[in-house]
Amino acid sequence: MSFSVERATRASRIGAGLTIPALAALVTLPWWGESSWMRTFVEFACLLTLAQMWNLLAGYGGVVSIGQQAFLGLGAYALFVLADHAGVNPFLCVPLAGLIAALIAVPTSKVVFRLRGGYFAVGTWVVAEVYRLLIANASFLGGGSGKSLAAVRPFSKALRESVTFWMALATVVLAIALTYLLLRSRYGLALTAIRDSERAAASQGIDVDKTKLWVYLASAAGCGVAGALYYLNTVRVSPDAAFNVGWTAYVIFIVVIGGIGTIEGPILGTLIFFLLRETLADYGSVYLIVLGAVAVLVMVRFPRGLWGYVQQRFDLRFFPVQRRVRLDAAAGAAPHSR
Amino acid sequence: MSGWLDTLIQGVLLGGLYALFAMGLSLIFGVMRLVNIAHGDLIVLAAYLALVVVDATGLGPLGALVICVPVMFLLGYALQRGLLNFTLGGDILPPLLVTFGLSIIIQNALLQGFSADPRALRLGGFETGSFHLGAGISVGYFPLLVLGVAVALAFALELLFARIPLGRAFRATSDDPEAVQLMGVNDQHVYGLAMGIALAIVAVAAVFYGIRTTFAPTDGPDRLLFAFEAVIIGGLGSFWGTLAGGIVLGVAQAVGFRLDPGWGVLTGHFAFLAVLLFRPTGLFPRTR
Amino acid sequence: MLSTHNLTAFYGDFQALFGIDLEVNAGEIVAIIGANGAGKSTLLKAITGLVSTHSEAVRFMGEAIGGRPAHRILSLGVAMVPEGRRLFPSLSVEENLQLGAYRKRAGPWTLGRVYELFPALSEKRRVPSTALSGGQQQMAAIGRALMANPKLLICDEMSLGLAPIVIKAVYDALPSVAAQGIALLIVEQDVGLAMRVSQRLYCLQEGRVALAGRSLDLTRQQVSAAYFGI
Repeated sequence: MSFSVERATRASRIGAGLTIPALAALVTLPWWGESSWMRTFVEFACLLTLAQMWNLLAGYGGVVSIGQQAFLGLGAYALFVLADHAGVNPFLCVPLAGLIAALIAVPTSKVVFRLRGGYFAVGTWVVAEVYRLLIANASFLGGGSGKSLAAVRPFSKALRESVTFWMALATVVLAIALTYLLLRSRYGLALTAIRDSERAAASQGIDVDKTKLWVYLASAAGCGVAGALYYLNTVRVSPDAAFNVGWTAYVIFIVVIGGIGTIEGPILGTLIFFLLRETLADYGSVYLIVLGAVAVLVMVRFPRGLWGYVQQRFDLRFFPVQRRVRLDAAAGAAPHSR
Repeated sequence: MSGWLDTLIQGVLLGGLYALFAMGLSLIFGVMRLVNIAHGDLIVLAAYLALVVVDATGLGPLGALVICVPVMFLLGYALQRGLLNFTLGGDILPPLLVTFGLSIIIQNALLQGFSADPRALRLGGFETGSFHLGAGISVGYFPLLVLGVAVALAFALELLFARIPLGRAFRATSDDPEAVQLMGVNDQHVYGLAMGIALAIVAVAAVFYGIRTTFAPTDGPDRLLFAFEAVIIGGLGSFWGTLAGGIVLGVAQAVGFRLDPGWGVLTGHFAFLAVLLFRPTGLFPRTR
Repeated sequence: MLSTHNLTAFYGDFQALFGIDLEVNAGEIVAIIGANGAGKSTLLKAITGLVSTHSEAVRFMGEAIGGRPAHRILSLGVAMVPEGRRLFPSLSVEENLQLGAYRKRAGPWTLGRVYELFPALSEKRRVPSTALSGGQQQMAAIGRALMANPKLLICDEMSLGLAPIVIKAVYDALPSVAAQGIALLIVEQDVGLAMRVSQRLYCLQEGRVALAGRSLDLTRQQVSAAYFGI
């Protein structure tokens, strides 16, 4: 029987073709766009990065955390401490914030990984609360009312906004690209195996605990960078905002609505989130009620999310992470029985 | 010295309220391993329900229980059979996400309906009354009542599980939800009843909570975390354990609060994390 | 009493049963045999409501009951001793028996009668069901099903994992159960045992009835041909 293993799809080739001009247009945005567009894009990029990180953790690694706001907040405060108290260039602080979040995730994992399943999820939330309260009790960080970022004052507003914008663009592209490459590597296969059955994965020689730990750390780093970027954009931080469980709630809704366990899903979900927020902007927090209700509905009725539905219906894949065996025409009719 | 004794006593009394928060959560953990993220928001929702009932009927907050308890029971039963039952079985994400969604919906709906202003239930003096034990220690009548109700509830739930046919069905369904159907037990109905009872307890907890402190639409998550911590500290599967877990949490918070008013909640979390690290099955796990 | 008509069952896309016709009459002991994966357990699950099927596929006492939820089917008088006993570990032996009577169906079987049938259980009534020996667990599972006062008792793989002498003790209880007018439908791996205790026998193979007849009339050759499909 002759066959070939396919890794690309027609959609992925078209997608790659469209991505390059789109990226080129985005990169030049600071020269032709308005500054409010850039600020909105930074927000979009942060949320999408967080969504990809949570998707990597839960959708591929099977580690369902609802405490990712811990690393977002720690990343944000890492920026403020390094820039304002240690005098580090605030833009350089963004990658450092990711590193610091990942470092703090090491001891954190020792505690939360003692819990399983739903208990793990709530446990991660408790830990996020611990970090929030520790920072809220630290008077040099402004306590509960937070602080403003003084280190950006020497930079002009235009420069600050443009650089933040480019960094956000780079971050979100990197987050998607690295997730994609990771999933296509042998570690991606190991992750998917763990999600489907930890015991079966372990029996295939996969070190389940270690793999989960690495994904947890990688996800923490991504959240830390996103947190630093988000608060570099707003220039003001407070513990209640940066460590708000709402972050994780919106991100989970985004991933589930878009389609968990796909790379396209979080992108689609983030677009829907912004669309809902802008259309219902006049009705206060109604968009959150709608978002929650849609997420509940999607979870119960279409558990693979909107993109999962599209994928099933039209066999469309822009980011093919799976290997597909393609049988040649003659062999395609091979008998199939059980 | 008597200052610390006072802190201990106040902590135990506060723990009574936390145990009340936790009983319903402990029940649904025990019967269907469901981690209900909206548990705290349901407590806050029930407090607002009591507020509405008090305003509409002129009943006192305790009298309002006559309406709130059955309403919350029915809400719980309907919620379980109409929505949550579809999320059970295998994967942990669906129940987490759906209850997380409920949490956000309840919080924001309350914000829309009642604004962010803190509210309270008033009992007309009893809630502030206290008696003196000497040595500068005074004990409030109301916190003592709350603790008494928590003890009575733990006792009643233990009795329900040990002696009543429904309690046997709860335990059997928890053991093997498929085999239990062959005994003529409708597992879906049993889950509905479990959530109904859990929310009936939530109604009681909510009224005492609303009398003891003010409440606002976004207070739910903290109530959930305290309830969750009490259950895990106490150990899964035992209501006496949950009561003890609530008291440990209350004492930890009271001690922290005495050291520095900003630390109260934090030391409670530390107690929880310490139990996780050194005794992951909780202090009083059910052994059989 | 019980009949199935062109019964089919699926696990997702996988079809496990392809049109089973079977009948159990009042007071009869009927055995189902077949190799692993022949569809025996699926057939029992379809009859008891754990696996869904179309409503006319299963008739009990003249009523079409196919696809009804398991707890409703029990209420009509169909009880099952599941494969692997499936006793509830957090319940004591007596509580397991009491749970069998959850639907409070009227009839001759009470705690006292079950202890009379299986005196070994009477001494262990307070211990957790996990503390019983394999044979005692099987007895408790039968007793639990009898507590529902069924008209039809279905037993799945009762001999599995038990010593021959214990199997005999378990099966010796069946005639006195049948004497109460309860029909019995038994799935058994041990073909010889199945042929001895039953009046009629069905042999399944790959989801179909390969052989059916009175147990006394069937020869060993016929049975093994149907069993192995040679």
